[in-house]
Amino acid sequence: MYPTKYHKPASIADAVAALNGGDEAMLLSGGQTLLATMKQHLAAPSDLVDIRGIAGLSGISANGNELTIGATTTHAEVAGNVDVRRLCPALADLASGIGDTAVRNMGTIGGSIANNDPAADYPAGLLALNATIVTNTREISADDFFEGLFATALDEGEIITAVRVPAPSKAAYAKFAQPASLFALVGVFVADSGSGVRVAVTGAGEDGVFRHAGLEAALTGSMGDASIDAVDISDGNLISDIHGASDYRAHLISVMAKRAVLSL
Amino acid sequence: MTSINMNVNGKAVSGDVPDETLLSEFLREHLRLTGTHIGCDTSQCGACVVHIDGKAVKSCSTLAVSLEGAEVTTIEGLANGDLHPMQVAFNDNHGLQCGFCTPGMIMSGVDMVKRYKAEGKDLTSDAIRAELEGNICRCTGYHNIVKSIEDAAAKM
Ligand SMILES: Cc1cc2nc3c(=O)[nH]c(=O)nc-3n(C[C@H](O)[C@H](O)[C@H](O)COP(=O)(O)OP(=O)(O)OC[C@H]3O[C@@H](n4cnc5c(N)ncnc54)[C@H](O)[C@@H]3O)c2cc1C
Ligand code: FES
Ligand code: FES
Repeated sequence: MYPTKYHKPASIADAVAALNGGDEAMLLSGGQTLLATMKQHLAAPSDLVDIRGIAGLSGISANGNELTIGATTTHAEVAGNVDVRRLCPALADLASGIGDTAVRNMGTIGGSIANNDPAADYPAGLLALNATIVTNTREISADDFFEGLFATALDEGEIITAVRVPAPSKAAYAKFAQPASLFALVGVFVADSGSGVRVAVTGAGEDGVFRHAGLEAALTGSMGDASIDAVDISDGNLISDIHGASDYRAHLISVMAKRAVLSL
Repeated sequence: MTSINMNVNGKAVSGDVPDETLLSEFLREHLRLTGTHIGCDTSQCGACVVHIDGKAVKSCSTLAVSLEGAEVTTIEGLANGDLHPMQVAFNDNHGLQCGFCTPGMIMSGVDMVKRYKAEGKDLTSDAIRAELEGNICRCTGYHNIVKSIEDAAAKM
């Protein structure tokens, strides 16, 4: 790792000042992606601004039918939280399937969505659940937030502070994990809000996480695995790599969507 | 350089380290606690697992300077005069061959037994296998590691 300077601000204002003060400062949350990237010399921040010391950024609260999850809340905390289990068990299940125990003890929801890895789990969950990403300057809908491979709507120096998730009437996530990395080879999150069904796919899209219009229309019409058979899952714009060709991923989207629907 | 203070295996320790120092480096090179092994240094293998404030964490993926005031337990801190039941179980059940992965296996094993007990859940052999997702062993084929953790769980 190249040398860096570590900061642990106690407030958002101090974090912003530290970000602006460095040549190429970066935020640090759980470090489960960023530190590995730094070791590979794919990132060389002059300064690391650790946001885990800022009061109010960690923890989960429920307000009526809405969950608010602080940006530095770990995957393990989301997986084990009673309010998440009660209002949106599918999101707790998703968090409990990220990586391994040690990664879940450090990795955070804010870091995961800021990174927007095309095979990460949270982007599919938040997109299907129609979540809102709250930052230090504004609120962004999940539809507008996830922009492409490792790309988000965040401006330079913008800090995610929380995620707000409306409880669905039913939701489920099915993931076919790539066994070496544990990331999704294909993951499908199906959420029925009561007024419509949203289906988000991760691991498969060349432009990262995406909603599948065909599956959404079919499942809004009739929620059942039979509806999925009638949907044409095109392999256009799907990833082909050593782990799976695009037609294989297209097939897996259909299978994972069925598994999710059958577990609703 | 940053000066850090933490509690490692029940003892207060401090040091001046470059900010990019990993916890694994701090433990091995500054404190000479070489029981924490570096198998991959890419957060895949789990040989470097230690407990931070009671939770299993990969020490190769954590900055030492971020742990001001933390309580860290390494493999050296488990035995309390006698070997810890998890260490005894690995010995009794032939849970290791070369031993390189063993410190991480044992730290993960202790973590999962404690967590399942606290939550009142049954640590089945399937659960142990799933919990060991982040710990890689190139020698044993895992069967005896699973047996060791089951054996220790019954005694812890
Ligand atoms: C072995 C292993 C297996 C894994 N398996 C999976 C898996 O199955 N599924 C999955 O989804 N992920 C997986 N991950 C990734 C893991 O979930 C990471 O925790 C996550 O991607 C990054 O979160 P972090 O808190 O560690 O972020 P960090 O590594 O600290 O930061 C990641 C990026 O986000 C930025 N950032 C962090 N917080 C904020 C914020 N609040 N606002 C704005 N920007 C911010 C940082 O500057 C950095 O660019 C795995 C990781 C490992 C090491
Ligand atoms: S050395 Fe830390 S996970 Fe392999
Ligand atoms: S005993 Fe050799 S790596 Fe596990």
